[in-house]
Amino acid sequence: MNVHDPQFVDRRNEPAISYRYDQHDLAFVRSRVAEFREQVRRRLAGALTEEEFRPFRLMNGLYLQLHAYMLRVAIPYGVLTSRQMRRLADIADRYDRGYGHFTTRQNLQFNWPKLVETPDILEALAEVEMHAIQTSGNCVRNVTSDQFAGVAPDEIEDPRPTAEFLRQWSSLHPEFSFLPRKFKIAVSGAANDRAATRVHDIGLRIVEGEGGARGYEVAVGGGLGRTPFIGKVLRPFLPREDLLAYIEAILRVYNRFGRRDNKFKARIKILVHELGAEEVIRLVEEEFAAIDREPFAYDAEEFARIESFFASPPYEAPPARSETLEAAKQADAAFATFAAVNVARHKVDGYAIVTVSLKPIGGIPGDASSAQMRALADAADAFGFGELRVTHTQNIVLPHVKQDDLFALWRKLDAVGLATANAGLITDIISCPGLDYCALATARSIPIAQAISKRFASIERQRAIGELGIKISGCINACGHHHVGAIGILGLEKKGQESYQITIGGDPTLEASIGEALGPGVTAEEVPDVIENLVDFYLSRRIEGERFIDTWRRLGHARFKEAWRKEGVDGVDI
Amino acid sequence: MAQATHPQILFASDLRRGETLLLGESGWVRDPRRALVARDAASGADLLRRGEADLAKNRVVDVYLADVEVGEDGVPSPLHYREKRRLAGPSVRPDLFADPEEPSR
Repeated sequence: MNVHDPQFVDRRNEPAISYRYDQHDLAFVRSRVAEFREQVRRRLAGALTEEEFRPFRLMNGLYLQLHAYMLRVAIPYGVLTSRQMRRLADIADRYDRGYGHFTTRQNLQFNWPKLVETPDILEALAEVEMHAIQTSGNCVRNVTSDQFAGVAPDEIEDPRPTAEFLRQWSSLHPEFSFLPRKFKIAVSGAANDRAATRVHDIGLRIVEGEGGARGYEVAVGGGLGRTPFIGKVLRPFLPREDLLAYIEAILRVYNRFGRRDNKFKARIKILVHELGAEEVIRLVEEEFAAIDREPFAYDAEEFARIESFFASPPYEAPPARSETLEAAKQADAAFATFAAVNVARHKVDGYAIVTVSLKPIGGIPGDASSAQMRALADAADAFGFGELRVTHTQNIVLPHVKQDDLFALWRKLDAVGLATANAGLITDIISCPGLDYCALATARSIPIAQAISKRFASIERQRAIGELGIKISGCINACGHHHVGAIGILGLEKKGQESYQITIGGDPTLEASIGEALGPGVTAEEVPDVIENLVDFYLSRRIEGERFIDTWRRLGHARFKEAWRKEGVDGVDI
Repeated sequence: MAQATHPQILFASDLRRGETLLLGESGWVRDPRRALVARDAASGADLLRRGEADLAKNRVVDVYLADVEVGEDGVPSPLHYREKRRLAGPSVRPDLFADPEEPSR
C-alpha cells in the first residue's frame, strides 16, 4: 500500500467526485513530465537513438502510428471531471487536430501530436491531474471499471475505490514494470458485469461472503487478442484484507513463469491455458502463503480515505416520477426515443444515468470534436455535478442527471450532434481505429462500422432488433473486442486485399463466450449484407424476449451458418 | 528489405512531427510525384543507404522500401494498400490530411 502525504491539494470549489491528487501524486507526475521533456531533448539532440528512446516514449503513452505520433491519455477507471474534459478539448485544439478518440480501455487517444510538443501536452495534462503513464508497455495498464459505478441500482459496492487502490499499488511498481507482456485489470461491483471482467488478465467482482462481508471473486487469464480465453476463477471469495497480497502473488507467478520467449504466448492467459487452472491456483496460493504480508497489509484508513473521494454528490430529493419528463416525452417523439434507449435507471429516485452515444449514424465510433467535448463538460456542470464517465464501449456517461433535467440536457446534446439514440443497439458499434490510423492494423475497421451504421440507420428497425453488440477489430490484436461481439468482425489481409472474418456468439458479460467463425472472410463491400442476413434470420426465428445472442444459443451455430451468405445488395460507401 | 522485383520508393516518418515522408532528390518530401523511384536492386539499396544515413542523423525514423507501380505519368503508386493509406491519410477523415505538396518542416 502506498503511503500518501496527508496534505491534499486545495480544490475547495470543486465537488468530491473523483480521486484527488495529493502532493505525492502531483510531485510524481510533474517529475515524470520533466523527465520526459529531457528525454525528448536528448533524442532530438542525437544523444539517444530511436532504439534507446522508444521505451521512454512508450512509457509515456506515445506511439508512432501510420501518419503521425499517437498519445494515449490515461483516464483511470473511465472517470473524468468537466475540468479535465475541457482540458482534453483545449489540447485537441492547440496541439492536435481538434478531436480525440475514446477507446475500449476507457482512455483517450490524440492522433496527431508532434514529438516536440508532447512534453507540453503532458504538462497541460498534469495541471488537471492527468497523465499518459502506463498506457503502453509491459506493465499493469489503466484499471478499468463499470461506467455506472456508484449509481447503478444493481450495485453491491462502488468498484472505483478498489480500482483506485489498485491504480496506486500498480503505479511504477518496481517488480512489475517489465512483465512478460501488458497486464489488464477490470473491476466490477454490480450484479451485471458492464466491465467485461471475464476477458481481462485479472477480473475482479465485488461479492458478499458470509455475514455480508465484502470481498472479491478473482478470475484470471481472460483475454482477447490472437488467442482469446475466458478467465478462470481462482478464488470465488477473497477477503478484502487479502486483496493486494493476493494480486501481488498472481503477478509474481506470472512474472516468473510467463512466456518471455515468445511475445505471442506471453500473456497470462497462455500461462493459465498451458499450466491449467488448478496448477495456477496451486502456484498462486503457494506464493500467497509465503508472501511477506507486511508491505501489503490492508490499510482500512487508507481505503476509507479513497472511498471518501467517491462519495455520492449532494442529490436533491425529487419525486420518483418526474412530471416534467413525462410531459416532454409526450411532446417530443425524438426525445421520448432517446429517453427510452439511452437513459438508465439510477439508484436514487428522481435521477437518471444518461449514455451519450459517440456513434452518430455513419460517424466514427468513439470520436468527439473539441466542441463536443466542451459541450459535454458544460452539460456535466449544468446537469451532473461536473462528472463524466468514459465507457469501454466508446461512449460517454453522465451519471447523475435529475429526471426533471433530461429534456433540457437532450436539447443541449442535440445541438452538438450528441443526441443519437442507439445505446446498446446495432449501430452502437465498437470499432478500433484500424488501418486508417494504426500501424499494426491489417485492415480498416471504421469504414465497416460506418457502412453497417448507415444500413441500419432507422431507429425503429434498430429498436425492433433490440440489444445487439457489433464489435470490429482491424487486426488480430482485437482492440475492438470482436471476439465478444454478438457479431464480431475481424479485418485481415488476404491475398493483398482487406478481408473480413465474421464471428457470432460472443458475449462480454458474466455469461462470457468467445464468438465462433461463420466461414471464410468476405470483402468490405459484402459485410453489411452478411450482417443483414444474420439479423433477418434472427428476426425470423426469435421467440419473444430473445436477444440475438439468446437465439443463437438456442438454435446453435450451424443454423446461423446456413443463413449468413444469401444473396443481397452490395455494400455502399466503403 | 523488400525484393526489388518491382520499382520501389523509400518511406520514413519525420522524427519531430511523425508525418509520413518519402525520399526525394534533395531530401524528404510528402508528395509521391517528387519521390525517387528505384528501378533495380542496386538503386533500391542506394535509397536505403541514404535513408539510413538520415536515420543516424536523427531526422527520420522507421525507414523502409515499399514496392510501387509507376504510372504513365511517372508517378509511383504503392502496390500494398497499407502504403497507399499512408500516402492518402485516413480514409474516414480526408478533410484533415494536409496537402501533400506542403513542404516538410
